[in-house]
Amino acid sequence: MRRDEALAVLRRSIRRADIVVAVYQALFDWLALGPRDLDYVSTGAMGQASTHGLGLALACPERRVIVFDGDGSLLMNLGSLATVADARPANFWHFVFFNGTYEVNGAHPIPAARHVDFPAMALACGYRGAFQFDDVDRLEAGLPAALAASGPLLIELRVEPGKVSPRDYEYIHSAEARSRFRKALNSGVVTDRPSPR
Amino acid sequence: MKTTAKNYAGSAIIAQLKAAEIKFVAAVPDIVTSDGLLWPIAGDPDIRLLRISREAEGIPICAAMSYNGTRAIVLMQQTGLMDTLNEVRAIAIDYRLPIVMMVGLQGKEDDCLPEFSGSYGVRVVIPVLCAMELPFSLIEHAEHISVIRRQIDWGYRRSRPHVILLGQSPELP
Repeated sequence: MRRDEALAVLRRSIRRADIVVAVYQALFDWLALGPRDLDYVSTGAMGQASTHGLGLALACPERRVIVFDGDGSLLMNLGSLATVADARPANFWHFVFFNGTYEVNGAHPIPAARHVDFPAMALACGYRGAFQFDDVDRLEAGLPAALAASGPLLIELRVEPGKVSPRDYEYIHSAEARSRFRKALNSGVVTDRPSPR
Repeated sequence: MKTTAKNYAGSAIIAQLKAAEIKFVAAVPDIVTSDGLLWPIAGDPDIRLLRISREAEGIPICAAMSYNGTRAIVLMQQTGLMDTLNEVRAIAIDYRLPIVMMVGLQGKEDDCLPEFSGSYGVRVVIPVLCAMELPFSLIEHAEHISVIRRQIDWGYRRSRPHVILLGQSPELP
């Protein structure tokens, strides 16, 4: 499954009030679909998507928090699986885009790429559930059930790059991006309408 | 340089945290603060303790919470602070976010200031904070405790990080 195809499927299931925390190429490809005010793009240090998401999930229990993590990123912060599981945020969905490489850093392979099993690790740490999809049709069919279940959930997406979007690092680290998110988060608007396509 | 040790109670620190409207404490256990502070926080109904796997996790947790004004601190030992400097640099300093870190100084002698400690790991903490341009406060005596609330308020009002160094092991009430 191509990453851009997977993101297009996810886009259709994201609500206006949802917070999306994304990192690296998944973030840039997500922004290419049209930036949302509640896209949390300034994660700063590699590996911390899940813990940014945890902070948001606990501080904003009325919203769904959707994390788009990378395989290399999550390997850098594997202990966060236990931290998230211990905190038990019901509004936390942890998507991991697995392509087996550090894509934006020269496409070097991640260690043990053929063996690493994030769904198994998440379940072993105490996530409420875990899924794996490697086909866009199966993702489309299975996503509603995954999003209807109570978190924390891990959903691994086996992807290949697909169309690669420009990497606008200046924007994701900008004060403007953080200000935009803060303003949207505190606007008081919490609706369940899906995002426009 | 010598200092006159006069330990303070963990309950006084917790009172300061509550006065500063801290709702979450993200912590890795530290022997300096374990009995007098961390265990009491674990049993306190007004503060939620998040048991994190690594100190660096606490920085993004506090950062993310700050976006809607939810106040939190990271509680750790100076070894954890040293391990988390990149997250502090990227998220707290570069992004100018109100990350408050409370740090127990494991190995510091009771009767001297950190920069004069016989422990290298303690002695370098303040120089490292200065090099990173990180504002900090040192709590050595009970009279210093009121600084905690003021500095947390300052950090959140100005959206800036602050490190609170605990020079003594907090005592049980």
